[in-house]
Amino acid sequence: MNTPLRRLATVVIVMFLVLMGGATYVQFFDAKTLNADQRNVRSLYREFGDARGPIVVDGKAVAESVKSDDAFGYQRKYTDGELYSAVTGFYSISNGSAGLEYAENDQLTGRSDQLFFSRVRDLITGKKPEGAAVETSINPAAQKAAFDGLGNQKGAVVAIEPSTGRILAMVSTPGYDPNDLAVHSSKKASKAYSGLLDAEGNPLLNNATREVYPPGSTFKLVTAAAALESGKYTEDSKLLAPDRLDLPQTTASIGNFGGEGCGANPITLKDALRVSCNTAFAQLGMDLGDDALRTQADKFGFDQTDLFIPTGTATSRFPAEANAPQTAQAAIGQYDVAATPLQMAMVSAAIANDGKLMAPHLVDRIRAADLSVVSQTEPSLLSTAVSPSTAATLKDMMLGVVENGSGTAAQISGVQVAGKTGTAQNAEGKAPHAWFTAFAPADDPQVAVAVIVEHGGSAGSEATGGKVAAPIAKAVIQAVLSS
Amino acid sequence: MSTVDAHRIRTGRGTELGLLVIALAIGIGAYALVGLGVEDKVPTDVLGYGAGLTGLALLLHLVLRWRAPYADPVILPLVVALNGVGLAMIYRLDLAYEARPNHDHGFASRQLMWTAISVVLAAAVLILLRDHRTLRRYTYTAMVVGLVLVALPLVPGLGQEINGARIWVRIGSVGMQPAEFAKIALAIFFAGYLVTNRDTLALAGSKVLGLQLPRARDLGPIIIVWAASLAVLVLEHDLGTSLLLFGMFVAMLYLATERLSWVVIGLGLFVGGALVAAQAFSHVGARFDAWLNAFDPELYNKAYGGSGQLVQGLFGMSAGGLFGTGLGQGRPDIVPYAESDFIITSLAEELGLTGLMALLMIGLVLAERGLRTAIGVRDGFGKLLAGGLAFVVAFQTFVVVGGVTRIIPLTGLTTPFLAYGGSSLLANWVIVALLLRISNDARRPAPAVSALTPTGGIPVVDAPRPTGDDNVTERIGTVR
Repeated sequence: MNTPLRRLATVVIVMFLVLMGGATYVQFFDAKTLNADQRNVRSLYREFGDARGPIVVDGKAVAESVKSDDAFGYQRKYTDGELYSAVTGFYSISNGSAGLEYAENDQLTGRSDQLFFSRVRDLITGKKPEGAAVETSINPAAQKAAFDGLGNQKGAVVAIEPSTGRILAMVSTPGYDPNDLAVHSSKKASKAYSGLLDAEGNPLLNNATREVYPPGSTFKLVTAAAALESGKYTEDSKLLAPDRLDLPQTTASIGNFGGEGCGANPITLKDALRVSCNTAFAQLGMDLGDDALRTQADKFGFDQTDLFIPTGTATSRFPAEANAPQTAQAAIGQYDVAATPLQMAMVSAAIANDGKLMAPHLVDRIRAADLSVVSQTEPSLLSTAVSPSTAATLKDMMLGVVENGSGTAAQISGVQVAGKTGTAQNAEGKAPHAWFTAFAPADDPQVAVAVIVEHGGSAGSEATGGKVAAPIAKAVIQAVLSS
Repeated sequence: MSTVDAHRIRTGRGTELGLLVIALAIGIGAYALVGLGVEDKVPTDVLGYGAGLTGLALLLHLVLRWRAPYADPVILPLVVALNGVGLAMIYRLDLAYEARPNHDHGFASRQLMWTAISVVLAAAVLILLRDHRTLRRYTYTAMVVGLVLVALPLVPGLGQEINGARIWVRIGSVGMQPAEFAKIALAIFFAGYLVTNRDTLALAGSKVLGLQLPRARDLGPIIIVWAASLAVLVLEHDLGTSLLLFGMFVAMLYLATERLSWVVIGLGLFVGGALVAAQAFSHVGARFDAWLNAFDPELYNKAYGGSGQLVQGLFGMSAGGLFGTGLGQGRPDIVPYAESDFIITSLAEELGLTGLMALLMIGLVLAERGLRTAIGVRDGFGKLLAGGLAFVVAFQTFVVVGGVTRIIPLTGLTTPFLAYGGSSLLANWVIVALLLRISNDARRPAPAVSALTPTGGIPVVDAPRPTGDDNVTERIGTVR
């Protein structure tokens, strides 16, 4: 009976080899296909089932994962969701993610290579992996001031610390509550998502960094910088400032705001900026040429396609080619010139920081679950936009704007505010966008800010940058200086 | 014979103790890791739990030292390791179930209780059954008991239908699957019947197409078992048990007669019957359909009788990959019945292919040690019983693991020692006790030793061997 027993033993070995082969096929050869199967909810569960790191503003979590009693184990919760929606973005099971939730996903989930060693440690100790905390540079008071200032007007505010590039405030209105998208019921989440997609004002779009607008007169800072940098102009240089400037090669002409003169003709460069004289700057732009304007704009960050803060940004543009009349238009921030609110804040920040443009960033540091610092964002120079002397001259000119020019609404007693208004025409028949960009205090700049209120906000066609946008910038500056 | 006296035969009990330490370390370590993985802390009761498991293992070890000192030293540690890993995984699933509202939980403590009862029962078997050949006296009693157990779920009021299969019997609050015990009873019957009739089965009859066909009257009991298997399949909707019982019978038939014709006839009958059943009964056909077209969205989404569970299990295995997610860090609880029928995918997800291979190796070594016992033991009844029991453990593992890895159609069997289930645990521990008992006989020193010490000898060994025993040369060949 031993021969059949030995054969049976062989049969048993073969049976187990078949099982091992089958298991190898499922767990190794076919694993990729199986893992990619849409019906496999494990990858979702794995991602959503782990404790995702928080997004922190000034020591307080504005986005965090709290234990939930459903199959996922954790629920993403946003405190003051709408206030910080432009910063945090959202994290949704069925609709993907956005903002820092998207850009810092690897850190938040703990999958980043930088967290390799803590992962290995977790593996050995059998500890459940936890994501790292993303600590933002946002100043909660400035954020609140910007949010309240915009109110129910559509627009955006960006505030930057000029010496470091730290973003102190980033608001886009209308915002949204990310909690609605984070609900685990994919039905509810999808409903909220499609509701936001259809909502007026496109709340899901971050106007502060993802949308470009004609910068209007705020771009005159760039034109003035190009003039000063050329060495041919000073702030006292006299410019022709007709009531209307006929453009060459066309029948078109450029007028001043309200169809008035600029107070003097010729006018000094400083006064032209102070009263935002269109004809003088259009002529100046043609005299400098489109190449000089483009070079100067690019030094401020225009046409940079790969700016990540670390969320992605829309590219601010200066037209690649422009003839004389187009250059005249571009010199006053019209024609095809387009800028994000972030870009205009960067222009002010560079002027405030002696011409040195620091790379703007939202994240101060990444802190692992054990509170060790994984990475720290060191201030870095993005470009030298203008020379220190040009920066000083521009600062002086911008002080004039707020002192007794178009931006008096931004005056703060005891603080020297340097600014520039903008009232940008956009679509035919629509009220112009109200812009204001500024920095303060002029002698020791703590904050540079850019505000846009689309189509003049509640003031409508009566709006100017000085009337509608400047008070918001003022509130943000005050918030930063008092905190 | 003098060479036998010159060598002192080692009992292997020391080896067993050493291996038990490793097996217990695996089981208790897994339990601690589950706590770390799920709740970030070692379970507070790990010491008590460890002491309990150790106590149970030690109990059997001491019983072996006392009543079966020459028993195979590898079998017990293998089973302790499997049982320990199974317990840890069930505990891990329990923690996941507890976190969910309205999900049944508390499996781990029940499984632990059943483990304790099983070990005590196994100890009782070892103590009370001094010689496995005693069982041969109950050949036909075992047949009746086996068939009654198989048929028990069909008794109205007693049997219970759960998820379409009528394999449960409920008395009061205690439910059990009698088929698990039926396999032991039937193994005893087959061994007893075949050892008596092996010659007539092997030699009598006419030759057709090169196959030695048996006589019709020798065929009788086989027809009965074949009919019983199909009856189980048909009436209880239990593909797994019928496949298991029939596989065991065919294997033992082959062992007894050494005739391939029996295997061919047996397989032919079963496949024929199964094919007819697949055509005639929708639930059998559905199983085949779900196997062949598992990823068909329609079958996947089917609420009952579809392939959803199978595919979810495959997803779990693939998520585990080569090294697994780690205990407590996967999501095995997504798969329905992850603690019983699908414990293998749960283990594969969290321990990876590596862990699953290790567990399969333990199963394989266990079966092979059982078969080695069959080769070593001197009496034909013991050979058939050990061979049949070892094969049934291996075959059950094959049917379950093959089912969840989609090698064969899925059946509702439990993985021996790993899966949740009191009946399965009890029955398999009894099988282990029987194998240990037989292996004691297989590894015991030659009878010549007792002939020199007439007063201290063990009488049963010296007794004349029953008829149907193996020939003398084979017996001598197995004595070292």
